[in-house]
Amino acid sequence: MENKEEIRLMKGNEAIAEAAIRCGCDGYFGYPITPQSEIMETLMDIEPWKTTGMVVMQAESEVAAINMVYGGAGCGKRVMTSSSSPGISLKQEGISYIAAAELPCVIVNVMRGGPGLGTIQPSQADYFQSVKGGGHGDYRLICLAPASVQEMADLMGMAFDLAFKYRNPALIIADGVIGQMMEKVVLPPQKPRFTEEEIIKLCPWATVGKPETRNRNQNVITSLCMDPVEMEKINEHLQEKYRSIEENEVRFEETNCEDADYVIVAFGSVARISHKAMEMARKHGIKVGLLRPITLFPFPKKEIERLAKRVKGFLTVEMSAGQMVEDVRLAVNGKVPVEFYGRLGGMVPSPDEVVEALTSKFVK
Amino acid sequence: MDIQEIKRPENLIYQKPKSLLDTPMHYCPGCSHGVVHKLIAELVDEMGIQEKIIGVAPVGCAVFAYNYVDIDWQQAAHGRAPAVATAIKRLMPDRYVFTYQGDGDLAAIGTAETIHAANRGENITIIFINNGIYGMTGGQMAPTTLKGMITSTSPHGRQVDINGYPLNITPLLALLDGTCYVTRQAVHTVAAVRKAKKALQKGFENSMLGKGTSVIEIVSTCNSGWKMTPDASNKWMVENMFPVYPLGDLKDNG
Amino acid sequence: MTEEIIIAGFGGQGVLSMGKILAYSGLMQGQEVSWLPAYGPEQRGGTANVTVILSDEKISSPVLRMYDTAIVLNQPSLDKFESKVKPGGTLIFDSNGFTRFPQRKDINIYQIDATEYAAANNAQKTMNMIILGGMLKIRPIVKIENVLKGLEKSLPERHHHLIPLNEKAIKEGGELIKKLN
Repeated sequence: MENKEEIRLMKGNEAIAEAAIRCGCDGYFGYPITPQSEIMETLMDIEPWKTTGMVVMQAESEVAAINMVYGGAGCGKRVMTSSSSPGISLKQEGISYIAAAELPCVIVNVMRGGPGLGTIQPSQADYFQSVKGGGHGDYRLICLAPASVQEMADLMGMAFDLAFKYRNPALIIADGVIGQMMEKVVLPPQKPRFTEEEIIKLCPWATVGKPETRNRNQNVITSLCMDPVEMEKINEHLQEKYRSIEENEVRFEETNCEDADYVIVAFGSVARISHKAMEMARKHGIKVGLLRPITLFPFPKKEIERLAKRVKGFLTVEMSAGQMVEDVRLAVNGKVPVEFYGRLGGMVPSPDEVVEALTSKFVK
Repeated sequence: MDIQEIKRPENLIYQKPKSLLDTPMHYCPGCSHGVVHKLIAELVDEMGIQEKIIGVAPVGCAVFAYNYVDIDWQQAAHGRAPAVATAIKRLMPDRYVFTYQGDGDLAAIGTAETIHAANRGENITIIFINNGIYGMTGGQMAPTTLKGMITSTSPHGRQVDINGYPLNITPLLALLDGTCYVTRQAVHTVAAVRKAKKALQKGFENSMLGKGTSVIEIVSTCNSGWKMTPDASNKWMVENMFPVYPLGDLKDNG
Repeated sequence: MTEEIIIAGFGGQGVLSMGKILAYSGLMQGQEVSWLPAYGPEQRGGTANVTVILSDEKISSPVLRMYDTAIVLNQPSLDKFESKVKPGGTLIFDSNGFTRFPQRKDINIYQIDATEYAAANNAQKTMNMIILGGMLKIRPIVKIENVLKGLEKSLPERHHHLIPLNEKAIKEGGELIKKLN
């Protein structure tokens, strides 16, 4: 196990696995599904249980895997699971329970085209599922969208940190492009896993066994509360937490927005494609900027609201029928036109298509 | 002799286990859950393992088990207790980890998690309360409901051609290489309670010996769901449940 | 400098690994690289392709519609990618099994019959390196020494004894490639 930074060429999925070990993850529980099986394959090949002590388990189903995450997270451990769209749908019950019980964990979704069994090709059509809930009840996930293999590694550590800071599940939504492509990546140095004493201190709520000394009451991890008056209070507390996340954790990247007439809003691999489209459009004299949300929840709505005061229009580009565009429209609030360009069902837009969309919808 | 004198410590001949909380139980009078809870609390005290044990509660009548036994608990989604327990035990191997599940939780919605945890030989204790009915939701048919037995979703009695057979899952678990101890007990008589407690103790001990999964089924009554008095329920259980779910050890790897 | 390359052929021809070695070579000479496979369930017999970008600057889109260089190793790949070479760009093909040859006049077309050569010289395992050698002869975007360093990095140690064989294949490829137009 390398204890220092290391430059490697690797797939996004492999970077997730390497970064998980290096950020001191205690346990991974998953079920194979394309296009993200390399995450578990890489972990099983590295055998981190021999070095850091991290547990890696192939569960009998996605349902079992997310409930293993519930169990591990309830003990204050840094645990994670990964899957792709249909598997993430299966996990939704567990995710709702984890959010309700306020447990920290990381879930990785390397999205593929749906609905249904769909295709194994890349997609971003799980945006609604990721940022609006997905499972039942009023809850939110902290949602991070990497756009490079490097960010797959970087956001892994950030996801755990945010999950523990807010006692909330964090979701990394990548897509098949980012999962399957290889790029240069600088891996972080190995962080030690938390010791039991550290966990007891950091997570006084964790079920690690009730000390006989009786200096605390029993710890119970549950999402059940039969009294609606109490349940409303629990919900209000959750909402307060989500507002605090919205206030403090917005992350985005802006390129050329200062002088832009038009701003493309795109996340993940589509932001990379749109970046090239922006360069091409600027060569043709069209002043285009790019806003890339890194956090999808919290969404950079204040920044979009600010830009809406001075740009002529927004183009949202997604590998979906138009999901994030609804949040862009809410933030723009009718001030300027918000147009959409998307490809569906596993098709990936090319930079040329984005330029064509931009010119046909705005420049004409 | 006044009441204060009677209550002096030297006159004490019985007290409830320390690990049994004072919360009044929501279980119906005559229900087997209360007895099994008390046995767990007694064992926690006697084995001195309060700081080393974590329970996983199901969805069903025992969802509130954490209100009664004073240990750390996690309350799992319906059927998923063995998956939750798997992770707890894998991440903290020096803890006693057990699940407490009803027949719907273990043998219907959670069949996959039960079989796979047992097949992996997770070093956990599975306590399985089988009363042949869904108590909490109001007396619907369970996978273990007997042929001809009346429930709210089999109001004319369980018919095999419509509902299939009673699922005898415990012998199935005994077949798996991952289980080390599979037994079927009851808590309807003093003698049965004593035997059940020994079985539970053995199950807890096994989880620390790395032998695999222990399964302790408690054939139980649900007098509310069965619509009988507690006494009649016990008799009905002996006459009708035991022939289908006979008591005794199904597997014991020593 | 930025070089945008597509490599396409049948699964089993070493298309993805050729791209990987190219990407590693770029990494060895300190460049930014991206390697994006058109991934799928195809193992052998289906079609496979990979987009490789080597650049001195940060790479924006890993997904492209037009390429500087296309290496096509079967007829369906030629049919699909001939039109996607930028004017003035390079198309390299192995004619084994081809019924239609490239037609364009505004690009540089090279033929390298590595399949035939490899079969005759019992060198099937390094066939893709022969092609890579041919490409590097006409488009020397990475130094041979960096290719060898890349091989050392990407191959498991138990295969390191095969590196000289790969070096030989790269040289042979340089001699085998010929310009058609």
